[in-house]
Amino acid sequence: MPAPDDTVPDTERTERTVLDARDISRALTRISHELLERNKGATDLVLLGLHTRGVPLARRIAERIAAVEGTPVAVGELDVTMYRDDLRSQPTRRAHKTSLPPGGIDEKVVVLVDDVLFSGRTIRAALDALADLGRPGAVRLAVLVDRGHRELPIRADHVGKNLPSALAERVSVRLAEVDGTDEVTIS
Amino acid sequence: MKHLLSIDDLSTDEILQLFETAADMHDVQSREVKKLPALRGRTVVNMFFEDSTRTRSSFEIAGKWLSADVINVSAKGSSTSKGESLRDTVLTVCAMGVDGLVIRHPASGAAVQVSEWVDAAVVNAGDGMHEHPTQALLDAYTLQRHLGSLEGRHVAIIGDLTHSRVFRSNVQCLTRLGARVTVVAPPTLMPSGIGAWSASAGFETSYDIDAVLPDADAVMMLRVQRERMSGAFFPSPREYTVGYGLTRSRLGLLKPDVPICHPGPMNRGLEIAADAADAAQSVVLEQVSSGLAIRMAVLYHLLAGDTRGGIA
Repeated sequence: MPAPDDTVPDTERTERTVLDARDISRALTRISHELLERNKGATDLVLLGLHTRGVPLARRIAERIAAVEGTPVAVGELDVTMYRDDLRSQPTRRAHKTSLPPGGIDEKVVVLVDDVLFSGRTIRAALDALADLGRPGAVRLAVLVDRGHRELPIRADHVGKNLPSALAERVSVRLAEVDGTDEVTIS
Repeated sequence: MKHLLSIDDLSTDEILQLFETAADMHDVQSREVKKLPALRGRTVVNMFFEDSTRTRSSFEIAGKWLSADVINVSAKGSSTSKGESLRDTVLTVCAMGVDGLVIRHPASGAAVQVSEWVDAAVVNAGDGMHEHPTQALLDAYTLQRHLGSLEGRHVAIIGDLTHSRVFRSNVQCLTRLGARVTVVAPPTLMPSGIGAWSASAGFETSYDIDAVLPDADAVMMLRVQRERMSGAFFPSPREYTVGYGLTRSRLGLLKPDVPICHPGPMNRGLEIAADAADAAQSVVLEQVSSGLAIRMAVLYHLLAGDTRGGIA
């Protein structure tokens, strides 16, 4: 990620909620329908959540698609720690589990799911990781929030909310599965 | 952690973190492309001054699967056989810009000594009769996969304790993870002074294998190390087997499904009967694949990040 400007002390930041639980739910429902429309159904769809908060988001989208289509959709999780370009500049990060659905990703339409799209570097790493895991028929990107400030030529196919932000601002996504509550804030 | 020289270098948290990372690494073995880019551009040298099959090849594969460049230097065929000192050999290799040095040496303390000479991260792959930390980590990791938590579980370590670095590292690692450890050996192969150590470290000693086996939740057999034996430690191999080998009849003493470990190479028919080595509950080959995952985790934690820091 581009370094958010941490020169602003936490005490001087005021936190503002930009999406509440119902907004998040509506955004995920819309993304689910967009995915189905674009893909003409759930056939060959594989949702891969990026650690940490992309994983529950992918599961939630899968539940919605299953509810609409009546058939389960394949979900997996992808960890990109080993593929990051900033591995060298930080203390060693702990890696997480990568698990693919039983059918694999070959020739499937893989949808990468993440919470915030920022510099695009995480997605770059995810594309490299995918190449080592198989050869998808197509790769799409769905994110809950796009806050801008891309550093690479990467864009999302499905966005829950476009959130123009200053580089110094901090966007936080909290999800019930990880943080106990559903909200997106900017501070 | 800058080096891995002894189990003592690791906090309990760090041990558990290595296990978690190893579990992630384990999956790579079943992939079609067995490659992660984490150590791209790093160079790892395996320096083996003692024979080895599994440790050396598993460090080599571990490094390669993490995309490091790995070279092997062994005592035979290197300048060591021309009389070069260990210090000169190590400094020569490190002058080539090496990031990680995996060293096995017949002298106890060699790895610690080397770590004082070089900037590279040093991994002890066995130093004499002192320690073999990655073996202990892979043993505990394997047992944890079978038994769940090791807390309160009873592990019996049986065999040539005197010459065993595997035992010395394992006792520290297992007791740290909360296991109850009993070590068993004939009196001649019980290290002198073990009484004081076992009292302070909190493990038990026994001369009676048949009394220990029925209560064990896991059994770890150690190799009889003929290459380190100068004296007569037991009258005959046959007598050792009768007294301390895991024979077919002793298998019957074990609780069902108790995992049987052996660090290898096995002396079949001496410390372990073929019936035990090939039993369904034998985890000897699983130890090998766990070893690869553990060594990937160790190299990753030592070399992937900003090497001036610890684990985030």
